[in-house]
Amino acid sequence: MGTNFEEQFQQKIDQETKIEPKDWMPQKYRHTLIRQISQHAHSEIVGMLPEGNWITRAPSLKRKSILLAKIQDEAGHGLYLYAAAETLGISRDEMYEQLHEGKAKYSSIFNYPTLTWADIGAIGWLVDGAAIMNQVPLCRSSFGPYARAMVRVCKEESFHQRQGFESLLVLSKGTEEQKRMCQDAINRWWWPCLMMFGPPDDESPNTLQSMQWKIKRFSNDELRQKFVNMIAEQVKVLHMTLPDPDLKWNEEKNQYDFGKINWEEFKQVLQGNGPCNKERMDARRKAWEDGAWVREAANAYAAKKSIAS
Amino acid sequence: MTTKEIENPLIKFLLHLGDNALIMGHRNSEWCGHGPVLEQDIALTNIALDQIGQARNFYQYAAKLIAEKSGEKLTEDSFAYLRDSWDFKNCLLVELPNGHWGRTILKQFIVSAYKSCLYQALTSNADEQLAGIASKSLKEISYHLRWSSEWVIRLGDGTPESKQKMQDAITSIWPYTNEWTNFTDYELNILGDNHWNIKENWETILKKVFLEAGLSIPTNGYQHSGGKMGNHTEHLGYILTEMQFLQRAYPNAEW
Amino acid sequence: MQTLFRKFFYGDYGEEKNLAAENNQPKQTISEWPLWEVFIRSKQGLDHKHAGSLHAVDAAMAMENARDVYTRRSEGVSIWVVESKYIHASNPDDADALFDPANDKIYRHPSFYELPDEVKHM
Repeated sequence: MGTNFEEQFQQKIDQETKIEPKDWMPQKYRHTLIRQISQHAHSEIVGMLPEGNWITRAPSLKRKSILLAKIQDEAGHGLYLYAAAETLGISRDEMYEQLHEGKAKYSSIFNYPTLTWADIGAIGWLVDGAAIMNQVPLCRSSFGPYARAMVRVCKEESFHQRQGFESLLVLSKGTEEQKRMCQDAINRWWWPCLMMFGPPDDESPNTLQSMQWKIKRFSNDELRQKFVNMIAEQVKVLHMTLPDPDLKWNEEKNQYDFGKINWEEFKQVLQGNGPCNKERMDARRKAWEDGAWVREAANAYAAKKSIAS
Repeated sequence: MTTKEIENPLIKFLLHLGDNALIMGHRNSEWCGHGPVLEQDIALTNIALDQIGQARNFYQYAAKLIAEKSGEKLTEDSFAYLRDSWDFKNCLLVELPNGHWGRTILKQFIVSAYKSCLYQALTSNADEQLAGIASKSLKEISYHLRWSSEWVIRLGDGTPESKQKMQDAITSIWPYTNEWTNFTDYELNILGDNHWNIKENWETILKKVFLEAGLSIPTNGYQHSGGKMGNHTEHLGYILTEMQFLQRAYPNAEW
Repeated sequence: MQTLFRKFFYGDYGEEKNLAAENNQPKQTISEWPLWEVFIRSKQGLDHKHAGSLHAVDAAMAMENARDVYTRRSEGVSIWVVESKYIHASNPDDADALFDPANDKIYRHPSFYELPDEVKHM
């Protein structure tokens, strides 16, 4: 047993036939997907927190509505993704448990603080922008439910990036203080955003298997380069700069060269030493624990009603 | 700006409606990202968005009326971000802290039930624009009422713990209920004879839902008021401090 | 340096061993709300189409959650919800037996019948 199934499985993948939940799949494919999808879902949920930080301080009613709706979209994305992972035989509660116990990870970017209003624009433009780079190829992921969830997610995400950019554009045309706010936010978010694509390809050996299974379509470095090329142009429209003296156009390679990423910082954030790791996890755990009696009561009520009917 | 000197009853009434919607929406929005279940987090945020949207409609209309009368150019944000607490005309209940999920739901239910009766009355108001905003909002409010009633019943009739929590929440919130139907002159001016049914209809909804939830309504006790005239609890000041921070720190900036 | 990143699969998440999922034993928590499937009619005249899933304690809540989660951008005019456990799905192993026999029945498709050009719109 095994070889034959596995050959057929790989054949399907090679022919771009989607794998559906009830189809046979190698255990490792299943685990890789559960891990990737749940991490992705966790990232959406934890990602609500840094932005949520500014809901009550948004500077106008229009901005407040936009921000609230955006964060709500992220809750929706988390929900779609948890549901996709659930088709693989893991419950949402179990995934939460892994998150709360620190066994499951989420995107490190959300361990950075939102210090000024401009951070909200920077998150939309840079963080969501980087996320889209990662996510658009996932719409063609070999696993059907993941691909379908990602189609929904990407539709909404791409307009978040526009929203963020537009919000920074207003600041960039505003008062001196607003311009300063805008540049400061770009300075703080730029390098962490480059880290969002993960470590360099030569240090990320599992990428290969994921690419062969078409769970992942482009390598970390390829996506990172695409992102730099895109943002280096867009930042000019804002009349702002990226905090990298080595950033310059390379005619020969037809792409931007950029400076060295501080992987030591990345490592520290991963190990829980980022500026807000503790706050983020505390907030998630508190929401979950505070909600326990509510979930239980709803269950109890539904049970009573179903007996009665 | 200060709207203290505004004496036009329609404008006062619009600000009262807008302030109720804004402050309630603001309180609900504090839940975003912290709800007990993802689906319900999304649901409450929808309600927050609806209410902020309603506030914007009322403020925009008030700004238009003020511009017509005095030529003063105001926007929706002038009302939300540049008034102090004494100018806010919302009822005290909406500014009370959220507390736990059940208490938040209870606040939402009481307010939604009231608004469903009030806005129903407003749909036939002589002022067409006010009637129009009310009809549009009424659709949203019917949903808020349905959603929050179901939750009150679910938690009231859930576990002994949830029942106790809800009963305690009612006890602490009840002193802030009478204010809604103690109508001020500016409300009576706009509502006319229509105000008679509001109190009765509202009480009918509350009684029906609390009965189904197995929760009891306190029969007596002191009732607070003053919000409609600008005398608020200490909580409102903090809400405004947070909400207005950017507008106050960077005056006249565009966002 | 090399070893630091050994366990990365994707993006900047980082990795740790021993995830519960590795045991392939979905842990069923008693308190988790049941799963529901949501079907949405995007506009009058069209079929309901599967939109996704969600958790809810009963049908009323599932309906409201579906409205809040899946129709925020006016995606629907009508919603069906059904608890996931009531969906019966065909088994992929039976796919050959169930679906292949239809492949050679081209006479079931309109293009099988050639008509003279004079016959329009049939």
